[in-house]
Amino acid sequence: MKIIVCVKQVPDTSGKVAVNPDGTLDRASMQTITNPDDMNAVEAALKLKDETGCMVTVVTMGPPPAMGMLRELMAMGADSAVLVSAREFGGSDTYATSQILAAAIKRIGLEPDDIVMCGRQAIDGDTAQVGPQIAEKLGMPQVTYVAEMHKTGDTITVKRMLEDGYMTIKVQTPCLLTCIKELNTPRYMSVAGIYSTYDKPLDTFNYESLKDDSLIDPATIGLKGSPTNIFKSFTPPLKGAGVILEGDGKETCEKLAGILAEKHII
Amino acid sequence: MATFNNTDVAAFKDVWVFCEQRHGKLMPTDFELISEGRKLADDLGVKLCGLLLGDSVEGIAKELGGYGADEIIVCESPLLKDYTTDAYAKVICDVIQELKPEVFLIGASNIGRDLGPRCAARLHTGLCADCTHLDVDMPKYLDFLRNNSTLDVEGSKWDMDDRNLKMTRPAFGGHLMASIICPRFRPCMATVRPGVMKKLPFDQAKADAVQIVKPAVSLTVDDLHTEVLETVKAAKKLVDLIGADYIVSVGRGISKNVEGGIKLAEELAAELGGVVGGSRATIDSGWLSGDHQVGQTGKTVHPKVYVALGISGAIQHKAGMQDSECIIAVNKNDTAPIFEIADYGICGDLFKVTPLLTEAVRAAKAAK
Amino acid sequence: MDFNLTREQELIRKMMKDFTENEVKPIAAETDKTCQYPRENIEKLFNLGIMGMIVPKEYGGAGADDVSSAIAIEELSKQCASTGDIVATHNGLCCGPIIQHGTEDQKKKYLPMLTTGRKVGAFALTEPNAGSDASKGQTEAKLDGDHYVMNGSKIFITNGYVADVFVVFAMTDKTKGTKGISAFIVESSFPGFSVGKHEEKMGLHGSPTAEIVFTDCIVPKENLLGREGKGFGIAMQTLDGGRIGIAAQSLGIAEGALHEAVEYTKGRVQFGKPISKFQNTQFTLADMELGCEAGRLLTYKAAKLKSDGLRFTKEAAMAKLFCSEHAMKTTTKALQMFGGYGYTKDYPMERMMRDAKITEIYEGTSEVQRIVISANMGL
Repeated sequence: MKIIVCVKQVPDTSGKVAVNPDGTLDRASMQTITNPDDMNAVEAALKLKDETGCMVTVVTMGPPPAMGMLRELMAMGADSAVLVSAREFGGSDTYATSQILAAAIKRIGLEPDDIVMCGRQAIDGDTAQVGPQIAEKLGMPQVTYVAEMHKTGDTITVKRMLEDGYMTIKVQTPCLLTCIKELNTPRYMSVAGIYSTYDKPLDTFNYESLKDDSLIDPATIGLKGSPTNIFKSFTPPLKGAGVILEGDGKETCEKLAGILAEKHII
Repeated sequence: MATFNNTDVAAFKDVWVFCEQRHGKLMPTDFELISEGRKLADDLGVKLCGLLLGDSVEGIAKELGGYGADEIIVCESPLLKDYTTDAYAKVICDVIQELKPEVFLIGASNIGRDLGPRCAARLHTGLCADCTHLDVDMPKYLDFLRNNSTLDVEGSKWDMDDRNLKMTRPAFGGHLMASIICPRFRPCMATVRPGVMKKLPFDQAKADAVQIVKPAVSLTVDDLHTEVLETVKAAKKLVDLIGADYIVSVGRGISKNVEGGIKLAEELAAELGGVVGGSRATIDSGWLSGDHQVGQTGKTVHPKVYVALGISGAIQHKAGMQDSECIIAVNKNDTAPIFEIADYGICGDLFKVTPLLTEAVRAAKAAK
Repeated sequence: MDFNLTREQELIRKMMKDFTENEVKPIAAETDKTCQYPRENIEKLFNLGIMGMIVPKEYGGAGADDVSSAIAIEELSKQCASTGDIVATHNGLCCGPIIQHGTEDQKKKYLPMLTTGRKVGAFALTEPNAGSDASKGQTEAKLDGDHYVMNGSKIFITNGYVADVFVVFAMTDKTKGTKGISAFIVESSFPGFSVGKHEEKMGLHGSPTAEIVFTDCIVPKENLLGREGKGFGIAMQTLDGGRIGIAAQSLGIAEGALHEAVEYTKGRVQFGKPISKFQNTQFTLADMELGCEAGRLLTYKAAKLKSDGLRFTKEAAMAKLFCSEHAMKTTTKALQMFGGYGYTKDYPMERMMRDAKITEIYEGTSEVQRIVISANMGL
């Protein structure tokens, strides 16, 4: 049994983000991190590895700097890594991306007792689409929003979160699961892991490696092949400055309450 | 199915809205999306249909008509009683391939976000997630840009006849807004977050006039590859931030007395007639449970009044509450970003200010 | 000459930054307040392979180099000098001498205990009458058949009341002065071993410091570390290596204080502008930055020399001396920048300043470091 974890290197949007004078995002100003939900997926895979001794492969579609992230994930304990990178893949929307990743997963090799794990969503796109779309392209069942999971033989029982509770769902391997932060607390890299990561295998798949897969059709990958396109992007204007009331005592609060009452806000 | 050519754009007509039901009850987002769908259908000059799946759910369909749906397509089967990706995706894709809607909207609930991408992948079409604004009409879209962006609208060239659905959504944690289109494939799919679109007033006459259509459903046990063992509702009281008119949120500023800070927030919320929310920091620290979270990865809220106590106003929090009608911020630090979007700010210690504010509100209400 | 860290060293830094941010920082103030040993975090550091990281792989460690070890201690100390101290002592002062001077049997027995066995180690040299003048120790070990009988006491022992394995120095021949001192590996479970007073200190409250007492303590003959009479040399050599750890710890304290000062002065507005805009503040911060950079170079160089098997005594002394004095100066000046707030416990500055002081004293006072440096100058 092996577990294939799809991960993405993303800008750290929770930190300070600089905006260029023309209103576009200064992407260079942002630190890159492994997408948080993907870390939960990696941890889940490593936990299963601890229990069963299975292999864990991490795969990412991205530019060459993503290799640094793959080395970190192998320092956490993953056994091998695959970088999917090619000019032809650039500009892909979620549909195109999921095709490419599905093809990559097929090339890595999928056995009936394997599991594909993903994070629920990435903090840059925030779409939560790639996981389910990969599942569709691989023709395997999916369970999303996994907050708890137990494996017995070929069956995985998961707690799938809803807004106001959860569903308990049983699914057989091979299957795809998307993970949320409630699932676990990702481990750190270990010293032993750090000293062995550069010896672990890291393969690169480019267009040539994948082009023979039926999913890789120039008409459906990359910017040109993506069903969705960006029509316009813009930064939202800052809301108009409000009023900072003077003081912080009883009078100030009474003044504010008065304003709110006058405007029928309370 | 082999004849489903979804690049033949002209062959697709009508706006559809997936109407999610859980245990026989429609989700509030359904009414919001039907209302929004009505606008789009009017702009396009086409029918608005709700798509309802379940087991013996025909009875709840009429209510959707009251918000503007012309027709409700009801797909029934015992196998549709509980949501499963496989059953719902199959039935929906079957009926879409049959009836060819041009636009398909889904509420971005946990279920919607599971279902939407699966269907989009199967149909080989585009999906835009978590949309906050939808337009087909170019003049209306440009107006939206004028009021909601820093773009030089007049200085750019636009194809005023463009009828593609322009799906606007936040990205990069809310720092960036993008309008997405799906020009070459149909249906154009979008998921919309609960609480974002405004519900139209209910019209009983329209509800009575709605058409119910029940296409054949082809679904067998073999189509399902997951098994739902049980559905459990959260034992604790749900914090309904989405519908609240008044929200009092706490942030890191309560760290020196977490219990005390939450209590003060609860008192102010009670006085205002609202609920307590929290920034991501409070949830990550375990001070409040996840359903209290307001922000990019929490809930998006549009209350009448949003009071931010000891919240710095980081961008991902702002993304969840910046469209509140009135934002009041209390923070020790006068350079906290929250003051940039607050309508009213008080620079001070929330432990001191909050009780005074609660009292002042009580007095002001009593005086009315 | 390559001033860059290796890829692995960069990953060590990243890992320790994350760990420190998530696990150490949140409890640093509480640890200082309650004087509680950060047991859970030390467990986690064992699990990650940081405790005992320099122990070779065949004995259960990660076989990490000394620069990696310095980086780990540095990162920890930016937020909690106590945690940095516990790790530095365990790695440098207990694992260190056993790796250097242990027999194969001793290494096979004790190094796994100190790594996978999760037993904490300590180093016991100092006595009430033997501080800087380490040769004046009174603790004795008399050979009696197949064991030594040890009597005496050691004070100010870091990890004293949590360690299971101690490297202890005792006189085996009182007539020979420093040449009569021998080193031993003593387990806390040996009969006659006890922990005395838990020391109440000005700072480093999370680091468990204690007196240890030997009352007819039975130490097996095979626990003699190195040869009889070679103990003083072993102690000095061990301290050379340990100094790199303390240099890293002091460096971390200074860097932590500098970071806090920069953040605070950027936000603190007085006289119409952030105080970081005043030239006096900028110059002071510039000096702190300069000292940190210099301290890093000295520390990493000493560590690299040690890893490469070259002589590093002078360099280690220079690094320790420089970084500890810089830590004291930096924390003092940084606290000044915080004004009244710096003096309160709401901010970490006063703790950092209290923590910094000991670095000028232990593992060889600044005066002793100057002796070591000048002794290596051919004067």
